[in-house]
Amino acid sequence: MFKSIFDQYEWNEVKAGIYAKTARDVEQALHNQRRSLEDFAALISPAAAPYLAEMAAMSQALTRQRFGNTMQLYIPMYLSNECQNICTYCGFSLDNKIRRKTLSPAEMLLETAAIKEMGFEHVLLVTGEANQLVSTDYFKKTLQLLRPHFANISMEVQPMDEQDYRELAELGLHAVLVYQETYHQDDYKKHHPKGRKSNFDYRLETPDRLGRAGIHKMGLGVLIGLEDWRTDSFFTALHLAYLEKKYWQTKYSISFPRLRPFSGGLTPKVVMNDRELVQLICAYRLFNQEVELSISTREEEKFRNNIVHLGITAMSAASKTNPGGYVVDQQSLEQFEISDDRSAAAIADMLKKQGFEPVWKDWDPAFSGEIKKVVG
Amino acid sequence: MEPLIIAGREFYSRLFTGTGKFSSPEVMESALLASGSELVTVALKRVEMDNKADDMLRHLSHSRMHLLPNTSGVRTAKEAVYAAQLAREALETNWIKLEIHPDPRYLMPDPVETLLAAEELVKLGFVVLPYVHADPVLCKRLEDVGTAAVMPLGAPIGSNKGLKTFDFLEIIIAQSNIPVIVDAGIGSPSHAAQAMEMGASAVLVNTAIAVARNPVQMAAAFKAGVEAGRMAYEAGLPVSSQHAVASSPLIAFLDEA
Repeated sequence: MFKSIFDQYEWNEVKAGIYAKTARDVEQALHNQRRSLEDFAALISPAAAPYLAEMAAMSQALTRQRFGNTMQLYIPMYLSNECQNICTYCGFSLDNKIRRKTLSPAEMLLETAAIKEMGFEHVLLVTGEANQLVSTDYFKKTLQLLRPHFANISMEVQPMDEQDYRELAELGLHAVLVYQETYHQDDYKKHHPKGRKSNFDYRLETPDRLGRAGIHKMGLGVLIGLEDWRTDSFFTALHLAYLEKKYWQTKYSISFPRLRPFSGGLTPKVVMNDRELVQLICAYRLFNQEVELSISTREEEKFRNNIVHLGITAMSAASKTNPGGYVVDQQSLEQFEISDDRSAAAIADMLKKQGFEPVWKDWDPAFSGEIKKVVG
Repeated sequence: MEPLIIAGREFYSRLFTGTGKFSSPEVMESALLASGSELVTVALKRVEMDNKADDMLRHLSHSRMHLLPNTSGVRTAKEAVYAAQLAREALETNWIKLEIHPDPRYLMPDPVETLLAAEELVKLGFVVLPYVHADPVLCKRLEDVGTAAVMPLGAPIGSNKGLKTFDFLEIIIAQSNIPVIVDAGIGSPSHAAQAMEMGASAVLVNTAIAVARNPVQMAAAFKAGVEAGRMAYEAGLPVSSQHAVASSPLIAFLDEA
């Protein structure tokens, strides 16, 4: 389990190590053919800032070789904003007095129709954590309902047990995204004072459970803004390196959500600027040529238009972060404000103009589990 | 040049191509036409099988261009057999490029699952072209179960590293009674020419064309490279030697009185 590796590292030592990196360490990291975790630490350090142009050129070339001139498109579908956790940074937090909404099967199909109309085949299902109402059983029924409609279904919901994941995978669940939020244990407790999410270790070991359950893909990341992003990113890379060796049949993706404002929310402790986010994205690509790097509509139009060249391989578009946001209940409360509200067609057009083929479908339900594809 | 015959079908181009990583379906179509390729592999997962007007398929609709659906994405023999059946139904061909790489990072083919699936698919009437590591014994085992060709890799997919498996490819080609198509790793026309000079029946190229600055021109360059290599092979390459051959003192005694 990752916990045994994680426990060998001490946050302050890791942080000091990153900030002690020198220009020479960065140059060595750039020079190496295969890059180590220490090289990654150098590339995300302040010492690497003057090398950003070089990193960007290398990141672009590595990404193009592996992924070609293509960009995977996906869209989130928020199913519920019920939540029993208190998270200081989230709009769905239990203590945030909002109208709660959980989609019924009929409502999901209405949302699905609207999403399909935009052209999407890859969908990411998102919920808060309400274990009674939005249970494993709810997800099973949801997958059975939605599987015939999408080529690829991912989930970003509460962490579950291995057996739950195994059963959901058999029903066609392709990928699970579970962000640690922060690897700083004390800060984690501060930001998650109540609810099942307050259990740091259970969340930390979720990727191990996913790996054992044989899920096709998992997504990792931290919420940038809670703690020092460089140190948190080092731990993410450590986690990734461990998982890739242990669960070698699983694909991995990394996201870089920057804390966004929401009604009544937290001001970020640490602000990461655009230049630093580019540095982080390029550092991940130089560290790992094969990992998927994903960017959401949290980021602004201009940034997204430019970042597609620098290592990103998947992006969401036309997202609504509230349950029913596409047609059913457009006024329900959103999890966070999105920054890029262009339509799916506008994003596809932007990609084409920049020399990318927008990829809507890169999976088939026939490849997931035993259930035959429902025709018609 | 001699045509290549696989499962009774004649190919006048020995350059097989892929359809991934292009910047648009239009660029893909132009590049594939420039390559002269008559066998083009398509990832089943990228195709909207219910949709007759699928964007990619529309751009591959040329009389000399045959489709070779592939099973990329499957992890087991069972999944591969199922995917092949879907491909046969959707694309109306019983040709299948069998790809089982359970490792999504390096995309290394699984020899055990591949052999199992190949045997099953042959029984089901498929023309099976399996993507495998450059493993001479595995290639013979696949020939034994009835595959129409073998497709050993030159280097990891998309790596453009050339024929890193050169010595093993030589053995495979020497031993094989079925066509040997070098797949994966070919990064430049000279790599392709090298494979053809060795006696490979054909090569499959995708990344090097798709991500070139000018894919159409690169496709034409690969066409020329493949043709040059094949012509040289058919013409009979002279043996190369590091040094001049002098009369050897080792056998001088034979001439002694």
